[in-house]
Amino acid sequence: MREKATYLLAILAAVVMIGNLHTVFTQLPDEAMQGAVYRIIFIHVPAAINADIFFTIALVTAILFLATKNFVYDSITVSCVEVGAMLTFLNLVTGSIWGRNQWGVWWAWDLRMTGQLMCFLLYMGYLLVRPAIAEPTQRATMSSIISIFAYADIPLVLMAIRLPNVRTQHPGPVLETGTLAPEFRGPFAIGILAMFLISSALVLVRLHQESAQREIDSLRRELHAR
Amino acid sequence: MSGLQAAWAIARKDLRTELRTKESINAAASFALVILVLFSFAFDLGREELYAISGGLLWLVYSFAGALIVNRGFAREVPNDCLDVLLASPAPSWALFLGKSVSAFCLLVIVEAISLPVFGLFYNIRWTQNVGPLVLVILLATWGITVVGTAFSAVTVNVRLRELMLPVLLYPVLIPLLIGAMGTTTALFGGEALTGDNAAPLKLLVGFDAIYTALSLYLIEYVLIV
Repeated sequence: MREKATYLLAILAAVVMIGNLHTVFTQLPDEAMQGAVYRIIFIHVPAAINADIFFTIALVTAILFLATKNFVYDSITVSCVEVGAMLTFLNLVTGSIWGRNQWGVWWAWDLRMTGQLMCFLLYMGYLLVRPAIAEPTQRATMSSIISIFAYADIPLVLMAIRLPNVRTQHPGPVLETGTLAPEFRGPFAIGILAMFLISSALVLVRLHQESAQREIDSLRRELHAR
Repeated sequence: MSGLQAAWAIARKDLRTELRTKESINAAASFALVILVLFSFAFDLGREELYAISGGLLWLVYSFAGALIVNRGFAREVPNDCLDVLLASPAPSWALFLGKSVSAFCLLVIVEAISLPVFGLFYNIRWTQNVGPLVLVILLATWGITVVGTAFSAVTVNVRLRELMLPVLLYPVLIPLLIGAMGTTTALFGGEALTGDNAAPLKLLVGFDAIYTALSLYLIEYVLIV
């Protein structure tokens, strides 16, 4: 049942994504200033928004794990962090490609980009520490705490990049400033939805792996106890 | 014995041990001096350029030395199971954490007080012109480094490759703090007053300190008692 749900979600995600890419590549006109490369925002921005969504879920489940010590929450946290880190990486890579085309450089130490890179590094720390702790309860507890610490840093990064004297050449956020042309809004929203569906399917796959892993571990412990 | 008295007792115990053996303070101070020397080979700069990066240089030295000091915080209690004894004592976990943070803070301030004049001397930076505000910035940012560092030192105390994991976790979290401290320190070295645009990073430092002190004091119980 659960496997079927995962497959269904993955298929739905693929259909929505491909349909949206079709619209983006064949029906939308080139943008006036940037030409064809602007289409990257239909991947770049949904990746960033979904990374934030999954990191937020990870924060909530990390707190729930500390409160209840239920390992299901830990599995959700690690799955969401892995998918979120992947989305952040996708966001950085697509941004870098766009920057090469538009600014002529792969990377500028613009603080908005630095902030995103830092977010990636914070959660990479989470993923690096996990395998280094052997005992399951300790691993789950420490990594929950690391994910709470990492999340608490995000508002501070946002504050740091808005400090006066900080230079930025990153375009303003299209949603806050409302500069996205009306014909782009539909595909943009569907892009966010498609990315969310793909990521959710990946989270479900990872959750399945985590529960199988827990089962194997407990069987192994039972075997050793005999 | 109240929690604060217990924290004070722990801080005094740690400082006394450290001042007798001088193991981390000697290591951190000599490390700071070595980095200062290395920087002089890395950059060959004119006077104005040197002033423009002076705050950044100083905070790199301080944060490297800080990681060495906080790493010892909980690690020194591991041999002979001292950590278990401390946890079994009537002192609450937050008091243990606060005591460790205060002692790390004092040690790092000592190392900073040693390396600041050397920094001024090697690089011909006139740091004395704004001493009051400079001390304020240094104390605020140092507290941030030690409070986050001590929390992560507790998280990594039972982790394999502890010495490697601590910096991986610590530096990404410290980035907003360091952005604020570096900018303000550069401005102060340049003889600017701590008003207007230069005062904004101070809010960031205070916010960072407040958020992470509260978060660490609240979460340390989960870290130490697994």
